[in-house]
Amino acid sequence: MSYIQVDNLNKQYGEGEAAVLAVRGINFGIESGELIAIMGESGSGKSTLLTVMGALNSPTRGKYRVDEIDVYALGQEERADFRRNYLGFVFQSFHLIPYLTVRENVMLPLTPIKIGKKQKRAMAEEALGRVGLAGKGGRLPNQISGGEQERVAIARAMVNKPPILLADEPTGNLDTKNTREMMNLLTQLNSDGMTIIMVTHNPECAQYARRTLHLSDGLLMEEENIIQRQAILAMTHSPESAVCAQGASVS
Amino acid sequence: MNLWDIALKNLRRRKSKAAFVLVGLTIGVSAVVVFISIAEALTQNINSKLEEYGANILIVPKTENLPLSYGGISLGGVLFEMQEIHEEELAKIREIANAKNVAAVGPMLLGAVEIGSRKAVLAGMDFQVASQLRPWWKIQGSQPEEEGVLAGAEAARILGIVVGKPVAVNGRSLVVSGILEATGSQDDQILFTPLATAQSILHKEGRISLAEVAALCSGCPIEEMVRQISAIIPGANVMAIKQVVEGRMATLNQFRKASYGLSAIVVLVGALVVLVTMMGSVRERTAEIGIFRAIGFRSSHIMKIILLEAGIVSVLAGVLGYLLGLGATKIALLFFAPGGGHSGHGIALPVDPWLAGAALALAIVLGLTASFYPARVAARLDPCEALRSL
Repeated sequence: MSYIQVDNLNKQYGEGEAAVLAVRGINFGIESGELIAIMGESGSGKSTLLTVMGALNSPTRGKYRVDEIDVYALGQEERADFRRNYLGFVFQSFHLIPYLTVRENVMLPLTPIKIGKKQKRAMAEEALGRVGLAGKGGRLPNQISGGEQERVAIARAMVNKPPILLADEPTGNLDTKNTREMMNLLTQLNSDGMTIIMVTHNPECAQYARRTLHLSDGLLMEEENIIQRQAILAMTHSPESAVCAQGASVS
Repeated sequence: MNLWDIALKNLRRRKSKAAFVLVGLTIGVSAVVVFISIAEALTQNINSKLEEYGANILIVPKTENLPLSYGGISLGGVLFEMQEIHEEELAKIREIANAKNVAAVGPMLLGAVEIGSRKAVLAGMDFQVASQLRPWWKIQGSQPEEEGVLAGAEAARILGIVVGKPVAVNGRSLVVSGILEATGSQDDQILFTPLATAQSILHKEGRISLAEVAALCSGCPIEEMVRQISAIIPGANVMAIKQVVEGRMATLNQFRKASYGLSAIVVLVGALVVLVTMMGSVRERTAEIGIFRAIGFRSSHIMKIILLEAGIVSVLAGVLGYLLGLGATKIALLFFAPGGGHSGHGIALPVDPWLAGAALALAIVLGLTASFYPARVAARLDPCEALRSL
């Protein structure tokens, strides 16, 4: 069994004639330390799959296991604990809390944890340092740029050192330069051992991933691996980051 | 950074909503404080007024068949056959459960005496408590000393008594210290002398015919005091003169009931203001709550944040509500009794630490109760749905 194991996962919204099957019988496994991209058209079910993998959205059928924990067999509160201990989230629009400072936003996942304020602050400063925002902890989110907000979101996702990071369109609102920085940051975190699962529209950004899962109409259509991608890259002779950045700006 | 910090920061961010909750709670609490304080002030005022009504409990010896008519006692020719109460038994009245409600105890010995060729009733009494038991007395002259006598208006007229002149009572010469102005009561036909003097003249040392008690009975049913006194003086018949007290108390109780009813309505409106505002606040914060849930906040953490916010505002509202209520009561009391009261500056404002504590407790209970449902709604928000609202 893989570190993350998805078995026959189904998610249906609504009932009867209005029922929509967003995810249909998906099976795959992810090993610890992988960087995975999930791609697909709008409405293909990739965001639904991410919320299910984020322990936020109960599947209609199927199993989702992480580190041999049957996530949806857990109660609501235990699932909250699971999210806190195992997952970091990077949302498309950053979703920073506007009335909290950058540092306080980063400290949010530590709030329910019973550790001293000083330690929480030190952990937040360390995370901010890693994303290049040391010294900006006292600012409010509206006092920093979009790229910096994205980095704050990443700092928040990694502050408690979760083993898995889920990112929903992390470059969707970023320009070319910031997209490149973002992908470099995710790659760096991945090389430190963090498992990263990223939903993206952008095929070029997906090329940073070791594997890409393609979804269409709720079905897992194909799984592209790094060897196939290397072949494509060899044909285009284009550096990954540049292609990704270009793709992001086009998208 | 903890849940407390989040609650405080959110209150600071949503100042208008917090202010709205604060105003709703403050008005509710202050209204309750006003109603209770006014009722309390009026009760205290009535208590002090009741003292002006004099005795309201009579303690007379138990008799089998002798009708009494003075204050319920008929003396007449059978007076000599009456049983008497021992003076020392009265001391027990100060030991009853409601002793704090006893303002004054006035023993009295009654007996027929001869004044020249005429007969009259002589009453021995404790003149130290006379002003409390008979505040309506107006004396021309002064209260009698040990060998003195005070004559009722009618008795003075019939017996030809003059202030400053001696009068022979059962052959004992007593100086007339004063004459009572007509009261319209049986006091007009009686001669009054200090209790010890009367006991000596009537040869009844240590004994009394009756006792009058001035009881302040706002906090207790007067029947209960009557029962307590009857229990400690078994040989006595204890009677309440209830009409005055009951009439006043009935009015006050009606005011109290109306106050509590109005308080309940104001409190209900206050609670609704809190409920609606907090629900609005929760709806506004759906996305934020979704983020909290997504990054690992338990439902209980969300509830704590909402209830902490409500608690902080409630404590503030409790303090402000109490102070505002006291201020409003002070103004209201000027209208209830302008220039009246014992101090001459209206009815005194009661400052009760229990009421202050109760106001604070009311605000907290009200704020938390009214916020419980919104907090529960927030805690039960589906994190996925909440995030979808982003």
